[in-house]
This record gives sequence, structure tokens and C-alpha cells, in this order.
Amino acid sequence: MFDFMPEAVSTWANKVDWINSLITYIATFCTVAITAVMLFFAVRFRRRSSLVAEETPQLTHSTLLETLWTAIPTVIIIFVFYFGLVTYQEMRNPPPNALEINVDAYKWRWEFTYPNTKKSHNELIVPVNKPIRLIMTSRDVLHSFFVPVMRVKEDVRPGAYSVAWFEATKVGEYRILCAEYCGTNHSYMQAKLKVVSENSFQDFLARSEVGEVVALPPSELGKELFNQRACAQCHSTDGRTIIGPSMLGLFGKTETLDSGEQVAVDEEYLRESILEPGKRIVKGYLNAMPSYSGQLSEEEIRGLIAYIKELRNDGQEANK
Amino acid sequence: MSEAETANDKLNYLNCEKGFLSWLMSIDHKRIGLMYMASMFLFFVVGGIFALAVRTELFSHGETIVNAQAYNILFTLHGVIMIFLFIVPGIPATLGNFLLPLMIGAKDVVFPKLNRFSYWLYLLGAMVAFFALFMKLDTGWTFYAPYSLENSRAVITATSAAFILGFSSILTGLNFLVTIHKMRAPGMQWGRLPLFVWTLYATAILQVAATPIIGITLLLLILENALNIGVFDPSKGGDPLLFEHLFWFYSHPVVYIIILPAMGIVSEIVPVFSRKPIFGYKALVYASVGIAGISLLVWGHHLFVAGMSNFARYLFSFLTFLVAIPTAVKVFNWVATMYKGSISWDSPMLYAMSFVFLFLIAGTTGIHLATLATNAHYHDTYFVVAHFHYTLQGGAVVGLLAGMHFWFPKMFGRMFNESFAKFSWLVLFIGFNGTFLPQFVLGMQGMPRRYFDYPPEFEGLHRISTIFSFVNGLGYAMVLGNLLYAAFKGKFATSNPYLSKSLEWQTDSPPIKDNFAEIPRVTDWTYSYGATQ
Repeated sequence: MFDFMPEAVSTWANKVDWINSLITYIATFCTVAITAVMLFFAVRFRRRSSLVAEETPQLTHSTLLETLWTAIPTVIIIFVFYFGLVTYQEMRNPPPNALEINVDAYKWRWEFTYPNTKKSHNELIVPVNKPIRLIMTSRDVLHSFFVPVMRVKEDVRPGAYSVAWFEATKVGEYRILCAEYCGTNHSYMQAKLKVVSENSFQDFLARSEVGEVVALPPSELGKELFNQRACAQCHSTDGRTIIGPSMLGLFGKTETLDSGEQVAVDEEYLRESILEPGKRIVKGYLNAMPSYSGQLSEEEIRGLIAYIKELRNDGQEANK
Repeated sequence: MSEAETANDKLNYLNCEKGFLSWLMSIDHKRIGLMYMASMFLFFVVGGIFALAVRTELFSHGETIVNAQAYNILFTLHGVIMIFLFIVPGIPATLGNFLLPLMIGAKDVVFPKLNRFSYWLYLLGAMVAFFALFMKLDTGWTFYAPYSLENSRAVITATSAAFILGFSSILTGLNFLVTIHKMRAPGMQWGRLPLFVWTLYATAILQVAATPIIGITLLLLILENALNIGVFDPSKGGDPLLFEHLFWFYSHPVVYIIILPAMGIVSEIVPVFSRKPIFGYKALVYASVGIAGISLLVWGHHLFVAGMSNFARYLFSFLTFLVAIPTAVKVFNWVATMYKGSISWDSPMLYAMSFVFLFLIAGTTGIHLATLATNAHYHDTYFVVAHFHYTLQGGAVVGLLAGMHFWFPKMFGRMFNESFAKFSWLVLFIGFNGTFLPQFVLGMQGMPRRYFDYPPEFEGLHRISTIFSFVNGLGYAMVLGNLLYAAFKGKFATSNPYLSKSLEWQTDSPPIKDNFAEIPRVTDWTYSYGATQ
């Protein structure tokens, strides 16, 4: 009847849902029953005439009734607290054999590091039927790691580690959300959770990272990174303004800054804007972009610039 | 009627002095209460418009009327205005100020000039808050560090506003405490004190005990910024969790500062409109004081997923559950008061009954959030948004409106249009539930709060919520319009239209400047309705 919870994919999601249903039924029963009694009294004892009747009985208290309706809620809440606690202890204590994955949260993307130092961006890949222990930290502000289908949520803080764990029971693709408000693009800080078979997971671990061994041409590497590192959340490639300027036809333009100063969008300005985005902001835009300093290699920065350059060419060709 | 009209031509607190300054400089608790009411509802309208803008943006997924940054500013403004400028001063500053001395048979509060100073501080705090609102404040009303520190000027200004407003509320609390202790009329024993006064007493304790924390927080923020000492900012060696603890150590008791007086109002209305003595007076007093006491120990439930030790989580969960007991007791007592009564369905009673229903929903969904296993899923989702709107709007605002309808003839000596009041109550009731019931479902499905954009599958419920939010807004326009019109043009009322036996009705309506021609002698409690009379 109140089954609105998302699909249950972790080992304890069904237990959480069971407690949730229990509470919802108790809550609904209490609300409906007490309201019904109140409405019954309101109708049954409704004042019939306009005259104020004063022959109502003097009922000021009843020790028996009052003891009862103090005791009954007390018993109910101790009962519910206990069930909530037992399942929560399971949720808070990862088994010792869990696979450990490091999680780094950035404004506004997720980075996952696997035991063999391989990284993935905005995509967490885990094997099915294996406990996963996440060791999480933030590189800027507070975030919160939320996977609705796992019923798991834990804040991710800068300067500290927090831990969450789950064991997926079903292969599939699910949503990871940020649940702690973290600024402009908070609602776009989403990642995919891919639950795969043990074999696919091993394949994934063995595969090389983007551009690492198989050298991609710079502009293709840039295109991969542009999506992977969440640039596309704020910068379109088709001329629309999302939060920041669109990349279409950007390279080579002359822009006006807030100070009135002019700046040519060249390699140097793009590099600066990636590493120190707040330094020279084009008029009309917010200082909302986080710095990517220390998060991209020289090759990767070069790749991004090559991709942005290419978007100018595409634009020019389209105009011809 | 003619008798009533002549009664209204008599000198009273409204017509004894004229002019803008006679109000601003007034030390009369009744005038101060009305000024609070006027200013607060002005902010309420502004905050409400921001809320409708937020709901309009959420009507469709993707960008609807504003961009992400503007949306974040809008929900921050909505929260800051509604919490700090409207509902925290709330009932104590308005009806509390107006009624407390009348209900205990006093001429005024014990420190009338301090009371005026509190109001001025409130105005000053509101101005500082408005100043902060223009500084692109987009942190949410919770100002969590370290995000808020990126815009530290705005957050220091906003905290300063909260501090000044908090100071105003400490002084009001102090004033009320001393007034209740020292100014009761002869015969007004503690056991005869109206329950609304008891809740104001419990609230005042919380105001004095919890509000100073916001001052400490402000001081630490300033130290961090001015002297570069790491307090909250991890890049300087601080801990953002400390900010959350300090913030909620103040802001959780605030919830009870908000809701307790609303419970007090319901405890006053139900007996009068049922013609029955209140059932379980002592239990209601203990419940009020009990709720106030426990409320100081449960702030940690806002940090269940924030990074506390497991033991702290278990403990705070248990303490939070304890709040349910006195709250349930109150509900049972109200309903029991109606048993075998002679119940009228006048608008104050409709509001009081709907309060019980809405507060039941608010309270029982609190169990979902207090339970650790389910909290992990619900934390920071729309479930929480729906839950606290049921508490603050369905509880506190509906309670305030119940009181404003009940004491309206007392305050203005005039009567509002009763049929229109019933109709607007219905519009408000439908609009409110239609707005927030779907948000419980959204929360269950896993929709996080403070999201500018959302996956398309949530659109249906968001649309229902947005459409009803406009019905809710219309309801408020009708309610406030009806009362505002009646305050100036309403028919004159008799001095005690609802035949209440409480002390505040045993003088003229509107009361004379000094409340009572002579200080009354109290011989019985307030609730002597029924057979023996």
C-alpha cells in the first residue's frame, strides 16, 4: 500500500524496507484512528443549538487512561527503536573481507580509486555479491554519498574519512546522488553505479585507463575527459549557456572581463581557466567553477585544449 | 449591537494614542504584539513568494524559470526568512506578547521597555538579514561550513542577523520568565496557570538556554575569518562537523520554541469550544516542560549521516524517540477533552482540530526519521522537507492562525467574516496537504532536497506539489485578507463572543491601556466549564 521505496539491491535493503513499512503502518494507524475518534466526537457531540450548553460532564483526568496512553506509546517506540538499531548495526559494520574502494568527492563529480590504483570517474564499478567498503573523503566542501537502491547514505567531508559499505545482490546500473547541498551544481553531482559480474570486474580492473597506454589523439582524449570530469555539466558544446560559457566557437574569440579588460581565448587563457578558474571571469558569468589544479596531467590539459580548439573548427565549418 | 458599538467607542489601547511614533515608541505589550504580528506577516508574504518561485521552477525537470544559482538563492531566502524572521519569533512574540499579561492578570510584562527593545532588535536583525540576502547567499538556511565559508562575508552577515534576532528572542524569553514568576494576579497559582502560559514558560526556558549558542558560533566564524584560526575550515585545520553541532544545538530547540506555543493555543481553544474542562491538565504541563527538556538533548539526530560515532548515533536516536511520549500524551488529552462536550465548529476550532491531524502526520513521520535504519535512506530527501513543513506550517502556522481567529475579537474588538474564514480554512487545508503529501512519496523514492533539477520520473509528483502550492498560497491570501479587512472594517464584536472563562476575556475587548481597571483576584482555574457551574 505504501510501497514507494525504490528497488532493493543491497543485502539489507529489504530489512530496511520491512522496518519502514512497519513504521508507516503504525504511523498511519495512529493518525487515522486518533483523527477518526476526534471527528466522531466532533460530530457526535456537536453543539445542536446556538445556546451554549453548560451541562457537559466534569471530566478532568483519569489516572488509568492517562497511564495507559503514556505506557502504550512507550512500548511501541522502544520496540521500533530496537528493530531500527539491530539493522543499523549491520549497516554500520562492514565485514572484514570487504573490497575497499576510495571515493573522492569534488564539486561536482565523483572519483573512485580501486585497490590496484586504477581510477574511474563518475562511474563506480563493483562486483555483485561481494561486500564493498567505501573510504570516502571530499576535496572541497561537504557532500553526501547516496545510493537509493542500496538504502545507503553517508556524508563525505574534507579533511576526514567516512565509511559506507554495501553488498549488491543484483547486476545492473543504478544511481549515485549527492545528498548534501554543495553549491551551484549540487543536483547534477550524479554518478552511475555499475554492478557487474566478478569476471567483468576483473576485466575492468585489468583494462588501462583512458589515454594511458593506448595513446588517444589529444582531441579525443580531451573529449573523453570533457564528459568524464563533468565539464559538460556547465559547458555545452552546442552554443547553449548552462552555467559557464559554451565551448562552441569559443577558441579565438575575444571576451570582455568584469573589469572591462579584454582577453583573447587562446591556449594560455584556457589553461589558466582550467587551473585557476576564478582569476579572470568573463562578464556575465559566475565565479562558480572549481579548480582542476593537480587533478589533470599536462597531457590531459593539452587534450582538453585540443578538443575545445576543434569545437571552433566545427563551428566554422558549419558556418561555411 | 448598539451596546457593542458604544463599547468600542470607549478608550482602549488602540485608540488611546495616535500616530506612527505612538506605536514605535509604545511600551504597551499589546501594541508590541501587534507590531510583531504585522512585521512578521510582511516577511511571511515575501518568504511565501520565494517558496512559490521555488515550486514553479520545480514544475518541470530541467531549467524552468531560473538557473541553478538563482534557484539556490531562492530556497535559501525562503528558508532564512521563514525561519529567522517569521516562525522563530512566531507565537511568543505575537500572541504571547499580547496575551501573557492579560492571562495572568497583570498590567504589562515585568520589563516593558526591555520588551520594546526586543522589538527594535527584531527590526534591526531583520534589516541585517535583508542586507545578507542581497549578498548572493546560496548556502541554504543551515549555512554549513566549509561551503558557506567561500562566501564568508554573506555568512557572517547572516549569522549576525541570526544573533541579533536571537538576542531579541533571549530578552523576550527572560522577560516572560520573570513576568510569569513575579506578575501573576493574586490567586493565580501555578496550578491555575493557563496552559498557553505554561507553554510560553517552557519556550522561554529554551530561548534563554539555547539561543546563546548562535552567538558563540558567530564569534568563532569571525575569529576564523579575521585571525585565520582554524575552527570550521578543514583547510585551516578546523572541523566542519563542529559547525553542524553548534548550529543544531541552537536550531533543534528552536523547533520546540516554534511548536510548543502552538500546542498551548490548542489547549486553550479545545476546552472553550467543547465547553469542557481541559482533560489531564497536569499531564499537559509535564508534557510541555518534558518536551522542552528533551529537546535540548536531541540535536544529534540532524547529524545521523554526518560522521558521528556509532554510539552517538544510537544514543541520539533513543533520545529522539523519547519526544514521542509527551507529544502523544498531549494529543490524547486534546481528543479526550472533546468527549461528551458541546462542540462548536467555529473557525478557531476547525484550525485546532486540523492542527491535531496535521501534527499527527508530522509526529509519526518523525519516527521514520528517528529510526536509524530508515534515516539513512530519508536523510536530506524530500521526506524531511515534507516532515518539517508538517511541523512548522501544519503545526506552528496553523496553531498561530487558530489563535489569531480565536483572539481576534479580543485584539480588535471586531469580528471577521466567519463563513469566509471557514471556506479559506478549507482551501488552506487542501492546498497544504496537496503540496506536502506528494513530497513524502518523493522522499521515499529517493529524491534529495535542494535539487534544482531532478530525473524525469519524479516530474509527476513535483507537478502535483507545485499546483497545490498555489492553492496553499491562495488559502493564505484569503485568510490574511479576511483578517486584515476585519481589523479595520469588521463588525463590532461583543467583548467575549466565545464565552471563554479565561482571564484575558474578563476585561474590555479591545482591552484598555492597562488591561484591567483593577487587578483581578483569581479564585478558580481557567477551565471551569461544565456541569458544576
